Amino acid sequence: MSLCIDNIRLVRDGKPDATTSSVVVEDGRFVAVGDSVDRCEQHVDGQGQWLLPGLIDLNCHLREPGAERRGRIATETRAAAHGGFTTVCAAPDTSPVNDSGAVTNLIRDLAESQGVVRVLPVGAMTRGLGGEQLSDMAGLLSAGCVALGSGGRPTANSRVLRRCMAYAHTFGLTLFVQPENASLSAGGCAHDGVLAARLGLPGIPEVSETTAVSELLLLAEETGARLHIGPLSCARSLQLLESARQGGLRVTAEVAIHHLVHTDARIDGYDSTYHCRPPLRSEEDRQALLAGVESGLVDAITSQHRPQDGAAKQAPFPETEPGLSTVESVFSLGLGLVQSGDLSLGRLLEALGRGPAEVLGQAVPAIEPGNPADFFLVKPDESWWVAPETLLSAGKHAPVLYDNLPGVVSCTYVGGHCAYSDQKGNA
Amino acid sequence: MSHLLNVDEQLDSMARALTTLLTERRIESPRLVGIRTGGVWLAQALRERLHIESPCGELDIAFYRDDFSRMGLHPRVRPSWLPFETEGEHLILVDDVIMSGRTVRAAMNELFDYGRPECILLATLVDLGGRELPVQPDVVGQKLSLRPDQRVKLRGPQPLRMEIHDVPVEAS
Amino acid sequence: MAKTPGSLQHTPEGELRHFISIDGLDRAMLTRILDTADSFIEVGERTIKKVPLLRGRTVVNLFFEPSTRTRSTFELAAKRLSADVLNLDIGTSATSKGESLSDTLLNLRAMASDMFVIRHAASGAAHFIADAVTPDVAIINAGDGRHAHPTQAMLDMLTIRQHTGAFEGLKVAIVGDIEHSRVARSQIRALNTLGVEEVRLIAPDTLLPHKPEALGVRVFSHLEEGLRGVDVVIMLRLQRERMETALLPSEREYYKLYGLTTEKLARTAPNALVMHPGPINRGVEIESAVADGPQSVILGQVTNGIAIRMAVMSMAMSGQLAERQRESARNREGTRS
Repeated sequence: MSLCIDNIRLVRDGKPDATTSSVVVEDGRFVAVGDSVDRCEQHVDGQGQWLLPGLIDLNCHLREPGAERRGRIATETRAAAHGGFTTVCAAPDTSPVNDSGAVTNLIRDLAESQGVVRVLPVGAMTRGLGGEQLSDMAGLLSAGCVALGSGGRPTANSRVLRRCMAYAHTFGLTLFVQPENASLSAGGCAHDGVLAARLGLPGIPEVSETTAVSELLLLAEETGARLHIGPLSCARSLQLLESARQGGLRVTAEVAIHHLVHTDARIDGYDSTYHCRPPLRSEEDRQALLAGVESGLVDAITSQHRPQDGAAKQAPFPETEPGLSTVESVFSLGLGLVQSGDLSLGRLLEALGRGPAEVLGQAVPAIEPGNPADFFLVKPDESWWVAPETLLSAGKHAPVLYDNLPGVVSCTYVGGHCAYSDQKGNA
Repeated sequence: MSHLLNVDEQLDSMARALTTLLTERRIESPRLVGIRTGGVWLAQALRERLHIESPCGELDIAFYRDDFSRMGLHPRVRPSWLPFETEGEHLILVDDVIMSGRTVRAAMNELFDYGRPECILLATLVDLGGRELPVQPDVVGQKLSLRPDQRVKLRGPQPLRMEIHDVPVEAS
Repeated sequence: MAKTPGSLQHTPEGELRHFISIDGLDRAMLTRILDTADSFIEVGERTIKKVPLLRGRTVVNLFFEPSTRTRSTFELAAKRLSADVLNLDIGTSATSKGESLSDTLLNLRAMASDMFVIRHAASGAAHFIADAVTPDVAIINAGDGRHAHPTQAMLDMLTIRQHTGAFEGLKVAIVGDIEHSRVARSQIRALNTLGVEEVRLIAPDTLLPHKPEALGVRVFSHLEEGLRGVDVVIMLRLQRERMETALLPSEREYYKLYGLTTEKLARTAPNALVMHPGPINRGVEIESAVADGPQSVILGQVTNGIAIRMAVMSMAMSGQLAERQRESARNREGTRS
């Protein structure tokens, strides 16, 4: 079966081609890029849309197993495909926690049978994410985990953290750690700023992130562990990261899309949609994060997709669950930042492609013969209406809701198979 | 169009009628209580004419209205002010206009929350008829019957003027 | 989609329909609340201290956090308005059985409740209920987390106005644990909205919120300095657990530095008012001689508390009823066309 997609524009070095071209896919891989090929069994007219390599998300909570009412691999991978993602890293904070090869295998089986994009499990770095005992790191690695992580939960005990890093270093494992000093963030639910003071919301101070970043950087330096940190939310965290990088430390970092588009102003009126962790911070922080992505200091933009059911957000703000349903909006929100001049298209695509691939130690995705046919088509000049009925995720609390976002993904292919198409409903 | 009644003349006749009534009933030192706002102005005018020493009480019936469900709380409530004990006293309740009788009912309910008066007499400047409750004034300045498109309004306090206005009839 | 405090608390016609926070209410509205409360104070002086305004209405006191004192004043206020009152201490019943807050409230609404008086440990609880659960039931906030305790703040405003006549030109100092105090947050907002000259906060840094100046205040670390020339001193209650969480070293040191004594009170303007939302920790935040002294108005605040609660309850019920009428008028229009 061969497929030829004609009349598409490739985007090279952050610029869409002036002329249209064609790509040919056979047996799940690109076989030709350039001119149309007549002998293909199927031809698709790209109508001048952009054809981009599939996006990679390093931080995605698929919720299965354990919290299926909040999301399932079936629903959340379709949501990912709707957002242009062809690869997502599944966070370990499932129930049971992904701290053993058995759970990793279960996730891979579910992804295989029900998922529509590539699901890369991230294992837990401590048993049950309890922050006290090491998980079976080597076992998780051999079961197929691409990295081990904290699952967004703070590891309070520095000695455990140090041993996690040392042990992970033994096997060349990458650690995904969200920096948070639990004793400084205790009880908090919002950025410790003017708004939290007015709303009487217990604050999460910047130092709860920055002290943790410092600690992580020093421990990574000492243990030699391969460390990836984020999502980062504070300007000051980026300064610490930059000086560690300048000192030669091999550390990568991510920011989540919502921290690039929103500030804590969003929580006014106790809007629990925007209850997230780390919290949305100030405009200065947002600007610094954008600058960090633009300069390359930040390697990846992630979704930190955390779908919730309605009840989880229906309570007084401090008692709601943190997290946004983002995976379908990341690319569109990013494109919005490009259109407003906050980010270049080249860096946006790198932070969603090359950057995360390098963090994972994988080949950089590109539309080239021989590469897996992971790609999506997008109409950059059209917009879509974001509303519960247009979101495929089980979580309906998107960072922008009841509004239009630029960039309509018309179809997404994973290994040459259609994972999402706006033509024939959901694949 | 505005039509004026002679309020002073009406007050004089009300004062005469009240004097007669008080004599008949052997009431020696009555207390005057006006219903805000018009009733208070009239009570003060009657106080001078009847040579009553004690000051007039002022009732704000906002908390006692029976149309709270439909009309809500009046935005400008002021404290009622009764500068005397009412228990066992003879009261003259004064209002500018009586129609349905609901205002007077509310005022009497309020008065009873201050204590049990010996009796209450009712004096109104104008009686428009249209009673919805069995409440009748003891003394009335003038009976009027208005067309559906007419309203009365007492202006004051100095001078006191009663105006009759035409209002556009709502299309039904 | 969440509503701002302003749009949440008003009907489209600008009447009060919930009383959640001072935030979003303008000076005219606060003045109207104080004026209405003045009328209810007069009612409290009568032989029969009761008016028929809320006759036949059901007020539910929902206390998710125990507070006998505040609940009693709300109960008394509702009864003086002739409402039927239901007291529920939810802390011990429904939510411990796993019933969600929303379910509890929807069940109560189904029992034809007209008003919920809510005390909850989470900031924003009353806002959430009015916004997302039962907007057609008048919500009165009786304290939510650290956010607001607007009836307490308004009764303090009433007390201040009774003694000073006006707010213009006043300097008011609030002393103590500002960071954890919903009362202080509401007081600061109310004082600024009513147009005082200056609000001062006097506390050590551990008891102040992040960037307190953004609340529209001047911050002082030393009591003597902060009290200089003020017309009103509001002392906040110090919770014992502040010592356990490393915010303060000891009650003794706190009293030495921030306790209001006769000697320190002398720094204020002559005859400055001394206020305290109660209950008082004598010898911790205030000297007995000051609490019981001639400048203290602590006891008079209780009478005002009932009047303020009667005022906001009747005003919110009024707005809520008006809104229901408009709603049913709209429905009639809908069926007619």
